[in-house]
Parts: sequence; structure tokens; C-alpha cells
Amino acid sequence: MAPDTAVTSWTPDQPIVKITDLHKSFGEFEVLSGIDMSVMKGDVVCIIGPSGSGKSTLLRCVNALVDIQKGSILVEGQEINTPGLDKLALRRKVGMVFQQYNLFPHKTALQNVMMAPVMVLKQDKAEVEDRARKLLAKVRLVGKEDAYPGELSGGQQQRVAIARSLAMGPDLMLFDEVTAALDPETVKEVLVTIRELAEDNMTCMLVTHEMGFAREVGDHVYFTDQGRIIEHGPPSDFFTSAKDPRTREFLSQIL
Amino acid sequence: MSGPVTKGTDLPVLLPAAHKLAATAAAERLTGPVPRPTLRLGLLLFAIFVFSIGLAHAQAVPDEAETPLDALWRWMPVLLEGFVFNIAISFIAMMMGTVVGTLLGLGQISLMPAVRGSSWFVTQFFRNAPWLVLLFLVMLLVPFEFRFGNTVIPFPGWIKATIGLALPVMANVSEIVRGAINSVPSGQWESSESLAFSRRQTIFSIILPQCYKRMIPPWMNLYAILTMATVLASIVGVDEMMTQTRRALAAEGGATQLLVPFYSFVLICFFVYCYPIARLTIRLERRFAVKL
Repeated sequence: MAPDTAVTSWTPDQPIVKITDLHKSFGEFEVLSGIDMSVMKGDVVCIIGPSGSGKSTLLRCVNALVDIQKGSILVEGQEINTPGLDKLALRRKVGMVFQQYNLFPHKTALQNVMMAPVMVLKQDKAEVEDRARKLLAKVRLVGKEDAYPGELSGGQQQRVAIARSLAMGPDLMLFDEVTAALDPETVKEVLVTIRELAEDNMTCMLVTHEMGFAREVGDHVYFTDQGRIIEHGPPSDFFTSAKDPRTREFLSQIL
Repeated sequence: MSGPVTKGTDLPVLLPAAHKLAATAAAERLTGPVPRPTLRLGLLLFAIFVFSIGLAHAQAVPDEAETPLDALWRWMPVLLEGFVFNIAISFIAMMMGTVVGTLLGLGQISLMPAVRGSSWFVTQFFRNAPWLVLLFLVMLLVPFEFRFGNTVIPFPGWIKATIGLALPVMANVSEIVRGAINSVPSGQWESSESLAFSRRQTIFSIILPQCYKRMIPPWMNLYAILTMATVLASIVGVDEMMTQTRRALAAEGGATQLLVPFYSFVLICFFVYCYPIARLTIRLERRFAVKL
């Protein structure tokens, strides 16, 4: 089932993420029943679908936050569905941002960004701080370096979370409904940040309900329902000429 | 039946009671349902003390030179010496219990089933055992000295009593640690994992620092309970305050008019020591309740 576990065989012209016949169940309940997907380097892939369709679980499979029952996920040629997987090595390459921000409440914004590079990658503290300040500037949070998460708005916290993930220098970013907990005005500031990332050629996989964003920024849109991919394609085709009735119904409800 | 209790009845005769209930409920929402030691309680104790002395005064034979208060004054250094011993026992037992209990608590969330299971068992065993029985067990099971070749390490009664008291403290600390760790939102674990923190780094740098605030009030509460439980050591013959009091009374020929003043004095000593701890606990609980 696992085709090729060698890391060295991967070259940037191959898919950075290649998912084949992925099955995942929680107890008796099968959340994902046969997902196939491939993401090229620099792509922005948007996954949409009704709640409970397994979108978030799909993202969590990619950085091994949950384990897989069947199938294969290759990240840069490295098979994830193997018992001896070096999860920590995988997660250094794959950043993730969550719906609830999950910043560390006892650390300032700057410390939140610095913690993982200093403690996990053992990088030089002064150099990391320099980079962290630049990253916070990049997500437009100059002046908020010493603020604690509790003192920041939802949108600001989410941008700190994005900077925190970027500080690890990931090759791939996973965004799990990162704007779902935000109020409409702050959604935009987070989306702008992600768009800038996409323009910098970062590979992104997003689970999102922001159709406008998916249409403008996405390179490829996947529609999932009941653990399967119903339909996918570039946004220009997907949003104008969806074929499956379920996709049409979902789009008509949400647009 | 929604809204405050005052709205719950339109019978005029019930209204005063309803108002009182509402006030109590409001107060309990602030402090929790546990009866909190108040300054009033301390004054009450003091009043009993003064009253008992007065009573003893009146009962005493007029031409006898010494009043109960004089007797208490004479014995006070001995009694306070015993009290210092109580405090020392409580300190050491708390330290031992906290160190071992923290390890046990971390063991309870271990990924290794054997460690997790045994930590759970030890915690539950000592948490659900009467303190006095544990005290007796340790007194009887631990020898009075250890011999390693030529060196003899003595194990006097008070050290054994301290170990006996540290056992339930350990089990309670273990549960405090486990509960605090479990109360940290799972998103903190997820985000640490996705940032490639190891489990050890996650626990010590991210989860535990968020737990201290949650752990301090129940931990201080436990300390106050432990301090009051140190008098149990008198039953197994440690020279702490209760033992000293009994001895002083015996030396006074078991004079009955001295009983109440002497034991009231013991009560007041513990109150003076434990009341500020209880107040501080409540204040910390309130402060931490506002913001995480």
C-alpha cells in the first residue's frame, strides 16, 4: 500500500502532497472514505463542504495529528501512514493554523512566535527574535510584540498564529477554518495575510467557508461531502459550472 | 421559575425569606458553597475563650493564688513549642507530598499504560484512605532506625508521622496536577504538536505553566487541611501541641477549670495560622477566575 517511503526521491516538480485512497474513522464512524488529492508546490488548495464532511480531519491527517486507517499520504515523498513515522520531522515541514487560534496564553506575541524555533529547531535566540519581529511586521502587528494573547483581538491573535507557524519555515501551510471564529470586519485582515503568503508562493491547504477568497486566491477547489470528494477543479470552472447536484445545492445555499 | 429567587413567590409572608435566600445565593456565587472561615468565626472562638476563662475564674477558690490565665501563661512557651512542631510537620509533609504527588500526577497522564495505571492506583488508594489509618500504618511499618553498615540513620516518631501525613497529601496533589492538566484546552496540545514540540516540551513549557494558577488555590487549601490534621500525630505520641497540652493539664493535676482555656488556646493558635491562608486562597481563586 505504501508505494515509496524514500524522502530523497522527491523533487519539486512532483506533488508536495499526494493523498491516495485515504480512509479515516473514529470508532465505527468513517469520516473519510477514500480521498484522492494531489497538491503541487506553490498551489493554494481550498477545501469546501458542509460541516461534518471531514474537511478538518483531512487536514489533520496531513500533519499526522490523527492517525490513518487505510491509504497513503505522501508529503514531499515521505509516507505518513507508516508506524515508524518521525512525526516531529514531518511537523517541522508542515505548519498549521487553527480556528481557535490556540496561542499560548502565558506568552507574549513575540514569545509565541519565537518559542518553537528556539526550543524545537534549537536556533540562535537573537537571530530568531530578529526573524520573529519581521514576521510580526509582515502580518501587520508592529507594536503588539509584547502584548499577551488575551489583550489582542481575534483577528490579531489569528495573525500571530500565522506568524508563529511561519517562524518554523514550513514548506506547506494548513489552515483549518481560520476565519470561522472571527467577526466579519476582522476576517478580511486575516485573508489579506493568507493572500500575501500565497503570492509569496507558499503552498497552502485551506478549509474555508470564504467562497470569495477561494475564487480569487485558490488555484484548485475541492468540494467534500460525507467523507468523499464530490467535485474539484480550478475555481473559474468550479464556481460557474459545477456538475454534481450536491455541489450546486451547497453553492446555491452559501453564495 | 427563571430569574432571581425574589421573583419566585408572590406570597408576602415568604418574601423576607426569599430576599435572604437571594442574598445568600448571590454570596455563594461569589465564594462557592463551602462554608468559609470568617473573621466572625475567629471572634466567636475568642469570645468562648474569654468566657471560659471568666467561668474558670469564678469557679476558682478565691484565696488560691493562681488563676487559669496565669496557669496558661506559665505553660504557654511549652504549648507554643508544640505548635511550632505542628507547623514544621505540616511544612515538611507538604513538601514531600508535593514533590512526589506532582510526579504521580504527571504519571497519571503518561502515554505508557503501566506508568499511567500504577500512578492512578497509588493516587486512588491513598486518596481514599483515612489519614489516621495511614499514620498508624507508617508508624508501625517503618522501623525507628535504618542501618547501612556502620552508619545508623535514626527515624524518630515525628519523621514517621510526617511521612504518614505526606501520603494523603501526595495523593491529593496528584489529583490536583492531573485535574489542572486536563483543564487546559485540547487546542493547546494540538497547536504544540503541530509546531513539532515533543511531548515533554509540550508538558513542561506549554501545559504546566498554564496550570500553576489553577493549582495554587486547591494546593493552599490542602495545606490548611494538612496543618489542622497534624494534631493527629498526638495520637501516635509525637510531642506536638495537643500532646503538650495534655501533658500540661496532667501536670496541673487534671484541674477541670483549665480544660476549656487550654484547648481554646490550641484552637485559637490554629485559627490564627490557618485563617489568613484561607483568606488568601479565596482571594487568589477570585483573581484567577476573572482571567486565564
